[in-house]
Amino acid sequence: MNLKKTFLPLVNPLSKDNPVIVQVLGICSALAVTAKMEPALVMTISVTAVLAIANVLISLLRNTIPSSIRIIVQLVVVAALVVVVDQVLKAWNYEISKALSVFIGLIITNCIIMGRLEAFALNNRPWPAFLDGIGNGLGYGIILIIVSFFRELFGSGTLFGCQIFPDWWYEAGYQNNGMMILPPMALIVVACIIWAHRSINKDLQE
Amino acid sequence: MKGLKRNIDKIKPHFEKGGKLEKLHSVFDGFYTFLFTPNETSRSGVHIHDSNDSKRTMITVVLALMPCCLFGMWNIGLQHYLAIGDADRNFFSLFFYGFFAVLPQILTAYIVGLGIEFIVAQMRGHEIQEGFLVSGILIPMICPVDTPCWMLAVAVAFAVIFAKEVFGGTGYNFLNVALVTRAFLFFSYPSKMSGDHVFVQLGSQQAVDSFSGATPLGQLASSSDGAVTLTNVLGDPLTATDIFFGFYPGSWGETSTFCILIGAAILLLTGMANWRIILSGVLGGFFMALIAHNWASPLYPVSYLTPFEQLGLGGFMFAIVFMATDPVTACRTNIGKYIYGALIGIVAILIRVYNTGYPEGAMLSVLLMNCFAPLIDYCVVNSNIRRRMRRITVKNS
Repeated sequence: MNLKKTFLPLVNPLSKDNPVIVQVLGICSALAVTAKMEPALVMTISVTAVLAIANVLISLLRNTIPSSIRIIVQLVVVAALVVVVDQVLKAWNYEISKALSVFIGLIITNCIIMGRLEAFALNNRPWPAFLDGIGNGLGYGIILIIVSFFRELFGSGTLFGCQIFPDWWYEAGYQNNGMMILPPMALIVVACIIWAHRSINKDLQE
Repeated sequence: MKGLKRNIDKIKPHFEKGGKLEKLHSVFDGFYTFLFTPNETSRSGVHIHDSNDSKRTMITVVLALMPCCLFGMWNIGLQHYLAIGDADRNFFSLFFYGFFAVLPQILTAYIVGLGIEFIVAQMRGHEIQEGFLVSGILIPMICPVDTPCWMLAVAVAFAVIFAKEVFGGTGYNFLNVALVTRAFLFFSYPSKMSGDHVFVQLGSQQAVDSFSGATPLGQLASSSDGAVTLTNVLGDPLTATDIFFGFYPGSWGETSTFCILIGAAILLLTGMANWRIILSGVLGGFFMALIAHNWASPLYPVSYLTPFEQLGLGGFMFAIVFMATDPVTACRTNIGKYIYGALIGIVAILIRVYNTGYPEGAMLSVLLMNCFAPLIDYCVVNSNIRRRMRRITVKNS
């Protein structure tokens, strides 16, 4: 029981309290980076890292931050971490960094991060805050990976850049669906995930 | 007919409550009421405004579409044989070429669309709605003749599920289902929906040397200088008669303004379509085309078209007569209908002329105004309420 309670912040955001499909946060970046799987994966790792570390830092500082300037403090912490992530990415994989372009910088404005800092890290000890950061980052990541899986498979016929559909399909008249690459389709895929998720978890239906 | 009725009545109890095929009740009911008038009547008083039910509405619209449909089939054959340099054929040979070219598409649209409707109605335990009767024939008519059937099937499935069934089925869709299908095809498979190769079916035959398969609006959109003479598939200039009767390549149902006007007359005489939308739509388009023509510039080659050519070419009239007047997605209020129609006409020409990325704007314009129709209604109703409120307060004070 106790163990279960400890890991609740980690497990809950994966499905029942998912930041994207239940809280409907972070939709903007979920639409922007999911045309291919590789950027989506990198984005997942980046957001998870930033969120976990920021959660821990804010949680450590929670008793010293005056509540009137807490947003500014949170922003400074997140911005510092994002800059670090951005630089690491540039050094480690410049191609991906270029593909993600401004979206790494825009992690600062990701609602999930500010939301978790406000709602969780400010009121909890570092260890639960760390788990909450990891959990929410992964919950966001699961959706990103699912969406980018469908978008890359049907939009480009590839997964992680490897061709999936055999050549004779294309010769027989198959074509990649251009709309899958466009942002509107990401919204529709997210909607389908929400649809399936709500029909399994009936208690989430409004 | 009597024998059919007797046989159906014999199997009917199986589909009633408690019968062994009770689960398939809505499928049975759909076919039964399609074939015969239901013989159940209500027991208490009824409030009928009009004996017109949605089945009759739908079938009238399908009838109104028939001139365009039949002409389109003939025109497919004409364009095909012109392109391969063998146009000296009789009427039936041209017609049946087109007929068999589009038959698979019509069947695909109906089977996929009605299949989904049947399944959803069955799952929800509803009666089967007949909304797809019109969409199923409209969809192939607004697509190029060479659209592959599997693309059509994917697009129809997408449109029926996401534009119609998730909102509650027939009568609850806020976007026109046929246009959503076309928009899906247009954005998903652009190489099959625009360009020089999709509007005239060549089959395996070799085209003649002077052949050009671009539609008139396509020719304009891809031209770089101002003065363009519109040509037919053989490179001969198009005359006003060609434009009015539709002897040029295009999405096959929509080229002939003449047939569309016959359809419009049927719809207006039977009261199916609203004349306010058609009138204001045509006037709006004419007005916008006049402005564009007056300030024509080589930057936007389409602006050189005269207003009459603008109305006659492409899918403009088809969209105004058959798409904009869809009673489910249009405005409800009378003033709203004028605004809605006029904006469709204006935006369609606006997109066509000033957005060189889209040769034809009618589809996007109707979809856009579908989204705004509830807002227009809201404003009209509220301004009416405000006006009457003011009258009351003036009287009372």
